[in-house]
Amino acid sequence: MARTDAFNHAHHVVPKKIYYTIFGLLMFCTLLTVQIAFMDLGPFNTIAALVIATFKATIVVLFFMHVKYSTRLTWAVVLGSVFWLGILITLTMADYLTRAWRTFG
Amino acid sequence: MPEVVHDLHGHAVPGLAHHFDNLEQQREATTLGMWVFLVTEVLFFGGLFVVYAVYRNWYPEAFAAASHELDVMLGGINTAVLITSSLTMALAVHAAQTGKRNLVMLFLIATMVLGGVFLGIKSVEYYHKFVEHHIPGPQFEFAEKELARHAQLFFSLYFLMTGLHALHMVIGFGIMLWMLWWTYRGTITNEYYSPIEISGLYWHFVDIVWIYLFPLLYLLGRHGAH
Repeated sequence: MARTDAFNHAHHVVPKKIYYTIFGLLMFCTLLTVQIAFMDLGPFNTIAALVIATFKATIVVLFFMHVKYSTRLTWAVVLGSVFWLGILITLTMADYLTRAWRTFG
Repeated sequence: MPEVVHDLHGHAVPGLAHHFDNLEQQREATTLGMWVFLVTEVLFFGGLFVVYAVYRNWYPEAFAAASHELDVMLGGINTAVLITSSLTMALAVHAAQTGKRNLVMLFLIATMVLGGVFLGIKSVEYYHKFVEHHIPGPQFEFAEKELARHAQLFFSLYFLMTGLHALHMVIGFGIMLWMLWWTYRGTITNEYYSPIEISGLYWHFVDIVWIYLFPLLYLLGRHGAH
């Protein structure tokens, strides 16, 4: 067991430069998502919006929320939330999106 | 103030609660507990996003037309305000970790001010919707009559989702006030900064919800016929 006094002071301080970089990226992505929304890309408008939003959410979780520097247990909990959200979305959509198919008449 | 706890080597560690071996373990437990709470929040908001996805899929024209009624400029400014508040929150955590008490208070206040600006802009938007009769109910009016029924669904979801988000902002504002008090009275130190850290986790989570709400509610009807 690594029960040393050093553990009382060992914590990861994320450099401020990383916070500023993430902030810049988030602002850039916001402008990008607005720009893309005004172009007609058909179904890709929604896909682009969701991809950009998910990228933004991911960098917030990894850097602002320090998950990149966290324990594996924290990673498991965070990925668990995504997994269960995935179940919620997939099973619901498997019903609603397929109702119009009328395969069996 | 509780009695000062000593670690296993007999060193006094003021920020340590007696049931933890060391500060590292204490911090990990705190962070993990907060994340477990945030998982429930992800699924809480997730349910609403699924409802939105189902109805948008069923009534795409009405949703696009109703979305077009929202103010992209105000929504966009609010997105920038919230992202900036996440930056000041992250900097507050950084200041807490490095033991800069005054900076912690400054950044907490900055975060609260930005949160207040967000809620102010949000209430201006709500007011516009009220004047335009876009509040779902008997007084609801919509220019394209044939879409009105389903446009109401969009606005119901708009008010439910942004309202729930705004409620989280108000709670976050209260938490920041609480943390400001704790920092002021000296509870927060570079050893015991977990309260600031997990308040930050909450604040960033609320930011993430908005990161999805903005494009899904404000931007979906911007191109094409409308």
